[in-house]
Amino acid sequence: MQVGLANYLAVAAILFTVGVLGIFLNRRNVIIILMSIELILLSVNINFVAFSAFLGNLTGQVFALFVLTVAAAEAAIGLAILVVYFRNRGTIAVETVNLMKG
Amino acid sequence: MLTGIAFYLFSAVLIGAALMVIASRNPVHSVLFLILAFFNAAALFILLGAEFLALILLIVYVGAVAVLFLFVVMMLDIEFAELKRGALQYLPFGGLVGVILAAELVLVGIGALVPNAGSLVPHATPGHLTNTEALGRVLYTDYVYYFETAGLILFVAMIGAIVLTLRHKPGVRRQKIALQNARDPKLAIELVDVQPGQGGA
Amino acid sequence: MYDAIVFLPLVGALIAGLFGRVIGARAAEIVTSTLLFVSAALSCWAFYDVIFLGHSTLVRVMQWVASGNFKADWAIRVDALTAVMLVVVTGVSALVHLYSIGYMHDDAHRPRFFAYLSFFTFAMLALVTSNNFLQLFFGWEGVGLSSYLLIGFWYTRPAANAAAIKAFVVNRVGDFGFALGIFGIYSIFHTLDFSSVFAAAPVMAGKTFLFAGHQLDILTTLCLLLFMGAMGKSAQIGLHTWLPDAMEGPTPVSALIHAATMVTAGVFLVCRCSPMFEYAPTALAFVTFIGATTAFVMASIGLFQNDIKRVIAYSTCSQLGYMFAAAGVSAYGAAMFHLFTHAFFKALLFLGAGSVIHAMHHEQDMRRMGGLAPMLPFTWTMMLVGNLALTGFGLPFTPIGTAGFYSKDAIIDAAFLHGTPMATYAFWLTLTAALMTSFYSWRQFLMTFHGSWRGAHEEKYASAEDDPFAHDERQTGDEHGHALRLSEVHESPLTMLVPLLVLAIGALIAGALFAHDFIGADAGGFWHATIAAVTGHASAGATLPLWVEVAPFVLTILGFAISYYYYVLHPELPPQMAQRGGFVYTFLYNKWYFDELYDTVFVRPALWIGRLLWKGGDERIIDGIGPDGVAARVIDATREAVRLQSGYIYHYAFAMLVGVVVLATWFMVMFTMGGR
Repeated sequence: MQVGLANYLAVAAILFTVGVLGIFLNRRNVIIILMSIELILLSVNINFVAFSAFLGNLTGQVFALFVLTVAAAEAAIGLAILVVYFRNRGTIAVETVNLMKG
Repeated sequence: MLTGIAFYLFSAVLIGAALMVIASRNPVHSVLFLILAFFNAAALFILLGAEFLALILLIVYVGAVAVLFLFVVMMLDIEFAELKRGALQYLPFGGLVGVILAAELVLVGIGALVPNAGSLVPHATPGHLTNTEALGRVLYTDYVYYFETAGLILFVAMIGAIVLTLRHKPGVRRQKIALQNARDPKLAIELVDVQPGQGGA
Repeated sequence: MYDAIVFLPLVGALIAGLFGRVIGARAAEIVTSTLLFVSAALSCWAFYDVIFLGHSTLVRVMQWVASGNFKADWAIRVDALTAVMLVVVTGVSALVHLYSIGYMHDDAHRPRFFAYLSFFTFAMLALVTSNNFLQLFFGWEGVGLSSYLLIGFWYTRPAANAAAIKAFVVNRVGDFGFALGIFGIYSIFHTLDFSSVFAAAPVMAGKTFLFAGHQLDILTTLCLLLFMGAMGKSAQIGLHTWLPDAMEGPTPVSALIHAATMVTAGVFLVCRCSPMFEYAPTALAFVTFIGATTAFVMASIGLFQNDIKRVIAYSTCSQLGYMFAAAGVSAYGAAMFHLFTHAFFKALLFLGAGSVIHAMHHEQDMRRMGGLAPMLPFTWTMMLVGNLALTGFGLPFTPIGTAGFYSKDAIIDAAFLHGTPMATYAFWLTLTAALMTSFYSWRQFLMTFHGSWRGAHEEKYASAEDDPFAHDERQTGDEHGHALRLSEVHESPLTMLVPLLVLAIGALIAGALFAHDFIGADAGGFWHATIAAVTGHASAGATLPLWVEVAPFVLTILGFAISYYYYVLHPELPPQMAQRGGFVYTFLYNKWYFDELYDTVFVRPALWIGRLLWKGGDERIIDGIGPDGVAARVIDATREAVRLQSGYIYHYAFAMLVGVVVLATWFMVMFTMGGR
């Protein structure tokens, strides 16, 4: 059957949902959260590129490039924070990340 | 038809890998599944005709980001954590919410609600240029400011990462170039006329 | 000059009260006493001027109230009645000030004491010089306040605090009636000036008005209400319970306030309002009844009291009853005369008792005294004079007699002559009370000064705890560490003895000197119509039979003989009889159980209601719904809200997700519903 825009968007939607679920269903450690964020960004990228392809406009791809850049930067910073956090707390289990408890 | 099979194959593996990222007990496995997901996404990009982006995805995401993840996972002493009861408690409700979200997104995407998107053939690159050349033509002219800004963002991220994690070891001797350059030659050297037989006083 | 009489004590009070700590106790004493003596001297001059030269005056000081048609001024009205009271108040007050210099010499709070004494004098003077009911009420309340302050002077003693509160509250009950009376006077007469009200009183005689849902005779109701105030202030039966407890205050206070001046304010009120009372015969009958009953009942209670001051306190109540009995039979002159003489000898008795207490290092129980006459000769003489005056010793048909002889006999005679059933009741009760007065007066005298010393004897104890007569906490100043021995009893200093002497002279001769002015044939010229009648209205054709004239004398001798028998000849009998008890003894000793009755009927229910309203109403309901309730609900709400702040990012992210999904669903629904 014809694979159209809708199919790609559906894939992206499911990927997005998986990423979001990964943030709060995870009870293990903080790195999973960062990986879930990467998944979300990936799904967004798929969306952009799909639209760019089906609408014949390069803007989507350019923007996907930038999203890629930012995702890489954000992953780097996030991991740096994680390393410093690990230095201070000694663990990255998510139950311990509740110092802002009110 | 081949396109369809390829699409469904890659999509299935992609989604499966994504699920395994968050479900895996071993964090190293999670990272590896993430890499698998990236690969399949790249394949989807190629199917769409955006080969530059696909390979950039592989180089940057897999080659840099995922490897970084792997470094960190292996550097920090992360234990194998059991699936805690808390996750199970939230799974039904969370899963329900996720399913609703996915359903809505899909509905919108399919066009059941927004009838427009039509069945076009993917045509990523206009004209007869390669994807790379086309991107290059656009990127450095219309979007040059954003390009420069992206560079700045990367620069800031680099500095940020260094600032966060740099530890000065005590007792390490460094050169202070500024002091060296600011030395006054007249004060640095003293000419002493030493008479023979009187030693250096 | 009249301003000076009234305001000099106030000046003294302010100086001692506000600057006492700066100028020192000695200076405070001297300033207040001097000002009081000046005021007393001026009062004597005023007495002569107003009464014998006939210059009564009205000095308007300043305007107080001018509201619509209601006007009341601060004014000093000086007429014959006022002049008599001025002499009594300032005279006794000045002597008490002097006495207190010696009596309170080792007290740390002397400036406060003298300030209160002078303030009391000022309030009493404002009361007696008032020209309208409002100023009288001001003075009334002022003396009530001073009484509270002075009874509770040693405020660290819980008994003193309780007594002060009791005095104030019981007075308040009387003041309630008094205030209603004043309101009634204003609503009927539309003015509070004495002159206007008394001039208009005859017009209202016999008319009725609507009061508390009934048609009542105007003047009777008003007079009864005013008398209710007098009952409270003068400790008549029913509202008398505060006076014996008021002995918790220092003895000079008892002498000044609870013998000579404050308690006589009620008598003064009735005499001042005599023009009104004359037209309310029912009220007068009630006054007679109360007065006579009080005289009898209080004398009966005083028979067996053991505290030296309490005997005198009950005696005061009884004598006040005499005065009201006289007023009730329209013998206002006799009532005022008895007030005048009573001030002298009662103050003398109190101050003398104070001298004894001072000599006994603040021991007040007469059962531990005895045989003090050789040690305290001067005090003995003074107390003898006082008792002679109180019991009305005098030879009938001769002008030889102490002050009480003249005044008391005048009352008894007036009661007899009035002839109405109530007056006859008063006659018999006052006559019997005379017998009881004699008995308890001489009992007190003999127990204190004669017989054998019942205090501690010359023994050596291992420690003070072994000594059964060792001091209780009422001791001040020097602590012996052992009980007082007879050899250590000594006379009081001169500042305490001089006032006693002055009062004794008055007690002896005031009767003979002033009888013909107050109640004799010249009385009309003396009083200048400030009181409605002098010796009452004798019923037609009544004359004084011989036995009526002689009876008081006989009863006095009889009372002395009985007390001599029991307390000098056979002093072992009274303790035995007290041990055995018996209904009459217990009933009288426990003050006819008035205090217990009031406690059950009024005090306990009031406390119960108060506690209920406080705990249940105030704390649980008002505070529970109001501040405490609101605070608790706020805490509950925040406790629930705090649970949202778990600190886990993924909780927050989940909340955001749910919000996004809800919004998206909402918009989708809207879109599908509205778009089609």
